[in-house]
Amino acid sequence: MSDDSLEHRNKRTLRKLLIWALAMFGFAFAMVPFYDVICDITGLNGKTSSTASSEGPSRTVEDRTVTVEFITQRGQGVNGDFMSATRRVKVHPGEITLVNFYASNPKTSDIVTQSIPSVTPGEAARYLHKTQCFCFDQQTLGAGERKEMPMIFYLDPELPRHINTLTLSYTIFDVTDRVAAANDAVINNNAVAQ
Amino acid sequence: MSTAATAHDDHHHHAPTGLKRWLFSTNHKDIGTLYLWFSFAMFLVGGLLAMVIRTELLEPGMQFVDPEFFNQMTTVHGLAMVFGAVMPGFVGFANWMIPLMIGAPDMALPRMNNWSFWILPFAFAILISSVLMSAFGAGHPSAPNFGWTFYAPLSTEYGPASTDLFILSVHMMGISSIMGAINVIVTVFNMRAPGMTLMKMPLFVWTWLITAFLLIAVMPVLAGAVTMMLTDRHFGTSFFNAAGGGDPVLFQHVFWFFGHPEVYIMILPAFGIVSSIIPTFARKRLFGYASMVYATASIALLSFVVWAHHMFTVGMPLAGTLFFMYMTMLISVPTGVKVFNWVATMWRGSMTFELPMKWAIAFVILFTCGGLSGLMLAITPVDFQYHDTYFVVAHFHYVLVSGAVFSMFAAAYYWLPKWSGVMPNKLLGELHFWSSLISVNLLFFPMHFVGLAGMPRRYADYALQFADYNFWISIGGFWFGLSQLFFLAVCVLCALKKGEKAAAKPWDGAEGLEWEVPSPAPFHTFETPPVVK
Repeated sequence: MSDDSLEHRNKRTLRKLLIWALAMFGFAFAMVPFYDVICDITGLNGKTSSTASSEGPSRTVEDRTVTVEFITQRGQGVNGDFMSATRRVKVHPGEITLVNFYASNPKTSDIVTQSIPSVTPGEAARYLHKTQCFCFDQQTLGAGERKEMPMIFYLDPELPRHINTLTLSYTIFDVTDRVAAANDAVINNNAVAQ
Repeated sequence: MSTAATAHDDHHHHAPTGLKRWLFSTNHKDIGTLYLWFSFAMFLVGGLLAMVIRTELLEPGMQFVDPEFFNQMTTVHGLAMVFGAVMPGFVGFANWMIPLMIGAPDMALPRMNNWSFWILPFAFAILISSVLMSAFGAGHPSAPNFGWTFYAPLSTEYGPASTDLFILSVHMMGISSIMGAINVIVTVFNMRAPGMTLMKMPLFVWTWLITAFLLIAVMPVLAGAVTMMLTDRHFGTSFFNAAGGGDPVLFQHVFWFFGHPEVYIMILPAFGIVSSIIPTFARKRLFGYASMVYATASIALLSFVVWAHHMFTVGMPLAGTLFFMYMTMLISVPTGVKVFNWVATMWRGSMTFELPMKWAIAFVILFTCGGLSGLMLAITPVDFQYHDTYFVVAHFHYVLVSGAVFSMFAAAYYWLPKWSGVMPNKLLGELHFWSSLISVNLLFFPMHFVGLAGMPRRYADYALQFADYNFWISIGGFWFGLSQLFFLAVCVLCALKKGEKAAAKPWDGAEGLEWEVPSPAPFHTFETPPVVK
């Protein structure tokens, strides 16, 4: 074995291992969309669909009643009220129900909010269909404004039999800075483009 | 330590001396020595932080530090021990011993070897500077305070400014570990002496080879996790931020995908060390060599499919918890094979109990204790009770302190004669061993009880009923910490060459190429490869 060939072989092994290390760095980021897919399938993180369901329920299961509870929480930076008009409703799967939520902004400036839903038990998340929700878009609350925000939903008639109660939780976040930063970026990009 | 290069250095007059020798060294023995001293220094630093923790917990109520500083202590203690003491310690052993064990003249990529060591002191200077600023700086800016697992959002939205120092530091440690691991793999694959087939390699080399693959697979994932943290904190992304559509639980998945293999990175080389020492002092061949290799490989593979057992309580579908529970329990099979093999090696051997053997036997017993509590934690329903209590603290300290750290002590006493040319001081060594053995159990065993009784981890205070146990745990902690000064004395004496001169093969039952070179090992060894039959 000549020295030259050993050095060559070492470099080749080094290259392979470096590529592998880089691939694993990429894998860490690939876990993000992969996690979202797993969550969609299993309801792992209790996230409901972020778009309005386009079709209504196929039927209503009159002989079954399910309790849907609502929880509201304020995330960092939100100090106004955030609540639902009712704490719980009893519904038949397939029955379309409207629940109002209220948010207020005691500050002297406008804020942009984003509400994030989560369902417990997680496996119920994909059986909860919303035809309208304030969480689909960012909601702007004017200074001192109290806003009524409707949410219309129905439970899938195929909701597994063992789920009799499900809890829908909303956390409201103040995303004003985030939106402002994104707008600045857009303005800057446009300026560059022009 | 190894200044004995002179006599054997006739045709290598370029070797620099003094500080330059260490700064510019590409010699695997010098770099190994650097790693080992660095690891020991970090062990003492991490230990000092643990002493602060135990002082605060000596009595219920707040008396010594405020809770905010206490959190910084638990965080940096964990980071210093995991990334500063245990991982570089094993890399030090690998640097010193792997070329000697496989009959190679040096590591395959010596310059990279130098680099991978020398970024470590800088990484830790950055991390520890945040603690110094917190303790002594104007306004006492917080050091990282979110636990060594740095869960989002604690480390993202709520992280102190020093989190960015932490992120940089972790990136540097990661790069260092990856380069070290690449070096080990290239060395083992390309530089073995003629006749040294893979299945003739000593188990320490085997376990390190597998560890190196684990490192390359998961350290980049850790780098990915801290990069996502960085962009979440400063560049408007929302990987872990619910307000922007991300998910904090995703952080835990990414972290533990790194974290669980990391646990085995810290224990597999220990298995290799103990598998070298027990046959020597039992004067028998290792029982079940091939099964040891396969067991190590299966532990490594299984480590990729058990990560969610660290997070049963975040809520998971039943099928998921069952999968992770069964996979975790499955790991006890190859681990059991190993413990069985060690015991079978000792069975009817002509055992003697020199210092390395004492540490190795203590390792086998105490590591098994830690493994059994791990098996308890693997059971999902009971984990809901044990989660984030002192039972978990007891478990991972049994496997990491009386496991990984004890194995490093065993290895140090075993190979110090080879490194320094003198035998480690027996009296100090015996004091170190017995004092550590008793105190480590006083320190960690009662943690099982307070944990089962519901004492949560990471709090600066506790309910009154835990007072007596915590008093004794703290006494055990101080005692264990002070015991390590015996080891410091042993190492300093060896470095100064004070002691009985060591033969080339100081342990008469020892086998392996490392014992065929003189003690201390000359600066250059195996320039002509030995032939392994």
